[in-house]
Amino acid sequence: MKFAVIVFPGSNCDNDMYYAIEEGLEEEIDKVWYTETDVSKYDAILLPGGFSYGDYLRSGAIARFAPVMESVIEEADKGKPVLGVCNGFQVLLEARLLPGAMQRNKDLKFICRPTELIVENDQTGFTNAYEIGESVTIPVAHGEGNYYCDEQTLKELQRNKQIVFTYRNDINGSTANIAGIVNEQGNVLGMMPHPERATSDLLGSADGLKLFKSMLKHWRESYVLTP
Amino acid sequence: MSLLLEPSPQQIKDDKIYQEMGLKDEEFAMVEKILGRAPNYTETGVFSVMWSEHCSYKHSKVLLKKFPSKGERVLQGPGEGAGIVDIGDGQAVAFKMESHNHPSAIEPYQGAATGVGGILRDVFSMGAKPIALMNSLRFGELQSARGRYLFEEVVAGIAGYGNCVGVPTVGGEVQFDPCYEGNPLMNAMCVGLIDHKDIQKGVAEGTGNTVMYVGASTGKDGIHGATFASEELSEESESKRPSVQVGDPFMEKLLLEACLELVQLDSLVGIQDMGAAGLASSSSEMASKAGFGIEMDLDKVPQREKDMTPYEMMLSESQERMLLVVKKGHEQEVRNICDRWGLYAAEVGRVTEEQTLRLLHQNEVVAEIPADALAEEAPVYHPESIEHAAFTKNQQIKETVFHIDDPKKTLIDLLQQPTIASKEWIYDQYDYMVQTNTVVQPGSDAAVLRVRDKNKALAMTTDSNSRFIYLDPETGGKIAVAESARNIVCSGGIPLGLTDCLNYGNPENPEIYWQLEKSTDGMSAACETLETPVIGGNVSLYNETKAGAVYPTPVVGMVGLIENLEHITTQSFKQAGDAVYVIGETTPDFGGSELQKLLEGDISGKAPSLDLELEKHRQNQVLEAIRAGLVQSAHDLAEGGLGVAIAESLMDTGLGATVTISEEVATDLFSETQSRFLVSVPAHKKKSFQKMVPDARYLGTVTNDSQLEVYEQSGEIVLQAKVDELEDAWKGAIPCLVKSRD
Repeated sequence: MKFAVIVFPGSNCDNDMYYAIEEGLEEEIDKVWYTETDVSKYDAILLPGGFSYGDYLRSGAIARFAPVMESVIEEADKGKPVLGVCNGFQVLLEARLLPGAMQRNKDLKFICRPTELIVENDQTGFTNAYEIGESVTIPVAHGEGNYYCDEQTLKELQRNKQIVFTYRNDINGSTANIAGIVNEQGNVLGMMPHPERATSDLLGSADGLKLFKSMLKHWRESYVLTP
Repeated sequence: MSLLLEPSPQQIKDDKIYQEMGLKDEEFAMVEKILGRAPNYTETGVFSVMWSEHCSYKHSKVLLKKFPSKGERVLQGPGEGAGIVDIGDGQAVAFKMESHNHPSAIEPYQGAATGVGGILRDVFSMGAKPIALMNSLRFGELQSARGRYLFEEVVAGIAGYGNCVGVPTVGGEVQFDPCYEGNPLMNAMCVGLIDHKDIQKGVAEGTGNTVMYVGASTGKDGIHGATFASEELSEESESKRPSVQVGDPFMEKLLLEACLELVQLDSLVGIQDMGAAGLASSSSEMASKAGFGIEMDLDKVPQREKDMTPYEMMLSESQERMLLVVKKGHEQEVRNICDRWGLYAAEVGRVTEEQTLRLLHQNEVVAEIPADALAEEAPVYHPESIEHAAFTKNQQIKETVFHIDDPKKTLIDLLQQPTIASKEWIYDQYDYMVQTNTVVQPGSDAAVLRVRDKNKALAMTTDSNSRFIYLDPETGGKIAVAESARNIVCSGGIPLGLTDCLNYGNPENPEIYWQLEKSTDGMSAACETLETPVIGGNVSLYNETKAGAVYPTPVVGMVGLIENLEHITTQSFKQAGDAVYVIGETTPDFGGSELQKLLEGDISGKAPSLDLELEKHRQNQVLEAIRAGLVQSAHDLAEGGLGVAIAESLMDTGLGATVTISEEVATDLFSETQSRFLVSVPAHKKKSFQKMVPDARYLGTVTNDSQLEVYEQSGEIVLQAKVDELEDAWKGAIPCLVKSRD
């Protein structure tokens, strides 16, 4: 399986994502510069955390216009897996690939800590290696992770089982404790916690590795095993 | 000020305008002698910043030279952006600590943020990839609104900058004392990883080579920042807010990535950060170090606003800028890399044979100064030194032995002292995990980062107990170094070397200079015995306000090598049934202790004594036991003594402990005697451990009932507390103080 991790100016978790795939999952990955215009040759696209363009406007608001995003959106529309983590999630929201918006954390402070998440949906191409209701520890590190959507959107998210991860405890004020959601088709996942930081027990948790293993399993089942 | 309004050389001399820039009469006379004429406005400005204490160390140079700075592993000692120490496998670690106290006092967010930015550049200008940031902070008590404001904004500034650049802030230390009320301390440290072959120097060699300017454009911010940092803070300091630079961490991130690519170019001759004193210092220092000169055309400097004068351009401390020297004809290679990262890369000058810094502006020579005169020939002072009255007085005070009625209450009160209390409120705001190398997170004795693809790790810590140094500068200086090394050892590491940040009051006051002299003597002695050379650092003097000087605060930043990932050790107890030992005898040492401050409201008396040979012996013992796989947890006994250390080892573990102490409850639990360790050992390894560390005293065992129980030898219970209670007190203290709004 071949992954792409997009590098925007100001991305700072691109290397972490790269190592999670190369060393953790032992699959191929390329860093793709934000000025590239074609990402169709990759099997999955990763948007990393960081502060794209300094996040001086709204998080992700400028990165959404980066040249590479047109191709990312095209691939997402075709059903290719796209994972946005932290700033990557914010970019996906700004690009309208996912519904809702981010606000500053309720305490108006950046928070960085290992966080307990609940797997709410184990039927996605990102979570098939987890079990529903499973509790996993994955770190967060964000200043604007307070997910907001209106009531109607929330109902739709719930009805379509688009809520994939929730926080065990309210850490940032997110609507319904939402930590990660997928689009209706289920091929675009945005999440604030960093699975790429939880890929080895030495660093405190390997719970995030299962997310990448799920992607691999899903890819094998969809493209390799079925003719 | 426009060019036309600048005073003439004659006016500068007659009206003593140089004094406003910080030059003394006799220093101005030296400048005239060097130049053979009176300096013009630009030249006066350049001399004044280069000869400021901040850039020239004129009051501290003599003392700094006494630090041992050599060692088998030292690849780069003091004098460059950062010192470098060998860690094997062709790799090395580059690190440095620097102060940003004055800016943080008047504009805490930006002051702290740019402090982080500056230290990052010092490290990546050496060619090293920054892998960790640390800090050491001092504030007044959190009971005051001003104290809380400075504390919250400094923390936010550190977080705002470091998080964005993507370098983890993995640890640090903070103390609160009234003497820092008007003059907080903000010291930032950066640690970088580098392959030997990539080590760069800030040199301008080779006649005809090109001088290039890379990074952000030059604005009018931070003009005379170095001069401002070299005087006492006063009510007028508020008006010097324009001397504080404004940071742009996004630009820094681009500059960092670009520089790590630039250092791979064979055509790169030298590179240096434009830090304090900006273009003036980087150009003159690079030329002076190499024995060449530089001719610079200031019209080519990227400028943020129109009509900037040479004076403003040379003295600006705009952030996120680097000065490079590139082999002639290879400029395009630099431009290619910078273009990719969206950075300016301007050819601003060339290296000259003649060892002069020559500046051109609008086709005229506007300054012509021997490079060495700026970088090397600043006056060196040997200030008068008189024993500090506080020391004389405190040495005569008889030792106090405290008696405690309710040890549990005292323990809880101590755990709530902000200096001891959990710093989670702070490090929760720092991204301490980015780059995914952080193995031991903030909160233990030292932070530990793995070295990717190798079976080794780096331990790092910042330390200084300024109360001890105030009471007894020489002993306190020894303690600062010893405690740092102790923290590294407790993590399973071999101390490699240190960087320091010497924060003191006005050195022209003989008592302050005495503190500086004695404490650095103490540090030197400890460095010799513990074999931890000083590989670089920074001096911050004039840390005083109307209310007086800060405590003498030499902060030590130390890095250690953990040779095997299996040796990584933390302070937390690991398993019920493990045996708990204390290594080192305890005597009643309460001078400068947390208990004294708690009960008496202030500190007095003698600092705890320190026997360096004994210290070294114990550190060796602990490290040997850790490396032999006999130790589950190790923690150095510091503020609050054994009682606090045991409580800290229990936090967040769900475990408990039952221990037995002697009849001297206050001394045994809360004395701050030096050279002591708390360790836990698996039950089946007790014998081997006792054989290796025969003088370790058995205290009791780790239990699984989440209770701390302390008994006297007689069997009488001294203290019984639920660990939850201790944890709530310890974790709740700082959030509670910050929220108070009276």
